Amino acid sequence: MLGRPRLYTAYRQEAQLLPTWTQKVVCTLFVAVLFLLPFDLPVINQIPVVRFLGDSDWMRPMALLMVLAIAALGLNLLAGVAGQVSLGHAFFMGVGACTAVYLGGTSGEATWGHSLPIWVWLPGAGVVAALVGVAVSPVAVRLRGLYLAIVTLGLVFLGIHFGNTSWGRKIAGPPALGREFPGLDVRLWKEETPLINVEDDGHWLWFDVTDLQKRYLFLLVLTIAFTLVAKNLTRTRTGRALQAIRDRDIAAEVMGVPEFRYKVIAFAVSSFFAGVAGALFSALSQRILATDFGLFLSVEFIAILLIGGAGTTSGTLIGTFFVVMVPQFVEEFTKWLDRAEGGLTELLARVLLTEGDDFGIINTAIQTPGWTLSVFDWNIVLFGALIVVFLIVEPLGIFGIWVRVRNYWKRWPFSY
Amino acid sequence: MSPSGESTHALLEVDDISLRFGGVTAIDSVSFEVRPGELFSIIGPNGAGKTSIFNSISQVYRPQSGDIRWKGSSIMGTRPDRVAQLGVARTFQNIELFSHMTVLDNLLTGRHIRMSGSFLAGALWVGKAKREEIEHRRRVEDIIDFLEIEGWRKHPVALLPYGIQKRVELGRALAMDPEMLMLDEPVAGMNLEETEDMARFILDIRRELGITLLMVEHDMGLVMDIADRVMVLDFGRRISEGSPAEVQRDPNVIAAYLGSTELDASDAE
Repeated sequence: MLGRPRLYTAYRQEAQLLPTWTQKVVCTLFVAVLFLLPFDLPVINQIPVVRFLGDSDWMRPMALLMVLAIAALGLNLLAGVAGQVSLGHAFFMGVGACTAVYLGGTSGEATWGHSLPIWVWLPGAGVVAALVGVAVSPVAVRLRGLYLAIVTLGLVFLGIHFGNTSWGRKIAGPPALGREFPGLDVRLWKEETPLINVEDDGHWLWFDVTDLQKRYLFLLVLTIAFTLVAKNLTRTRTGRALQAIRDRDIAAEVMGVPEFRYKVIAFAVSSFFAGVAGALFSALSQRILATDFGLFLSVEFIAILLIGGAGTTSGTLIGTFFVVMVPQFVEEFTKWLDRAEGGLTELLARVLLTEGDDFGIINTAIQTPGWTLSVFDWNIVLFGALIVVFLIVEPLGIFGIWVRVRNYWKRWPFSY
Repeated sequence: MSPSGESTHALLEVDDISLRFGGVTAIDSVSFEVRPGELFSIIGPNGAGKTSIFNSISQVYRPQSGDIRWKGSSIMGTRPDRVAQLGVARTFQNIELFSHMTVLDNLLTGRHIRMSGSFLAGALWVGKAKREEIEHRRRVEDIIDFLEIEGWRKHPVALLPYGIQKRVELGRALAMDPEMLMLDEPVAGMNLEETEDMARFILDIRRELGITLLMVEHDMGLVMDIADRVMVLDFGRRISEGSPAEVQRDPNVIAAYLGSTELDASDAE
């Protein structure tokens, strides 16, 4: 029974995550495409964009995308839902990464490690990051707005400093010091053969899967789980309390919402997400550089929220896709232009690209002499410009644009 | 519903409270009590300290001296959210709704203190948290029905007309299932029709839901029509208390309102 849209006969119906049939079908299809994306299936290969995202070259950016999505969902709960803008999110990711390597990595001469299985180090990284978040929150709760942003920014620099101390090197020392970083393999305890092998090529059910595809699927399941948790938190009692504090903190208290407690909860949950993401990041990249978890990453998270739409779960996911994939697209585009021969594309390449000495604005030379900017620099400029444009034109981000498009079609052919 | 006799035990006792901000004395040794089931109104010129009394009762402000007792036990020094849990709800003079949330979510936030699902159960959408969402939705729907705001359910409150926002704020306070409801200028800035609607809601709240009411209002017509007892403040001091008719005749009150014999004349802000 399809029924009329927006006609509900029970509160239970309306309280569903995807109340209408259209939403159910579209969402199921979308998730199915995501699961089948890395495989070379004829159906999937017909869909534009998705076609090449499934290529093995793109599996790494896709993995990074999902890791950052988990962290961004956490920051969204803190900054978007509870209104506490934090620039320290990269720091909590770093805490998670260090914890993961300390618990899951092997110990060496110059490093500490306990070689524990993933079901210990992954939640462990989240919990330790959450505890650090709770430890910081008594200070953070008393501040808001710009002051909170500056204080949390301080955490990032503390983190970078810690990474360069001898303790930091012992905990997060690189594999070059004769140690192994934790992988994504699922083991019961410390046995040789893992229960679920995620790091090597092999069979799953009836399929041949490569290590990249396995990692992709593993991360996809985690990302979906964290998305559901974030969405559920937002729409239930806790989420409403956080939104109430964001919109009117004093009124929220008078309505019976203990402000201090809920701000601490927001910091803890958001740091938990960041910690788990940091742990996955260290397992994927097999290195921890303190500067990886620096100011630029924190700003990238703010860009994700502003471009995607702060306070909305789906907006956060769209924002992450945008922020991670746009640099990749720009890079691919430049490469494609560079290879172009003849016709309009070569003309375009001549106008845009340069080796540093002639006419053009994108520098493709390995070293960058002269004033023209490299692709990487152009991406930074692009983000800066996008943040400014979105703040002025559409504060709700891409999610806001989607709402406008949807409303336009809902009331078509009327203008309001 | 005439003023109740001395035998009834007071619900709220405000005992000689004083509140100072630096050199400014906002409330100067004010005492009064609110009895169960009555509609007690506080009036006075602008800056008389009416809203400060509300803020002191909800413990947003902490009076420097005196005592506030709820059902006989002191609530001085407790947190605002604890006071709310005891059964004291309020609305605000300038609308303090959660502006980015829908009407439904605003009312459900009012149910916060009556819900108990943990945040873990909520995150996983299981057990009590899930059941609660549906149960409390039913209760909130009663309030939507009572206040006749069915059509606005899913609208973000920032987009609603002023009169409806005032009604939603009243609904949010009612959703807390309070024993006493403090209304801070419920009809400020409303036209005659909206004022009459609001007066009807206030009387219904009292009669059908049996909630004790404490009201600050500048609309003298409304106060004189529906209040059981009235206290008049001027410059933080209590200058009169009694039935509406008694207060209207009190020479102190007449003097406070610019010496005018017509209370309505000084009503314009």
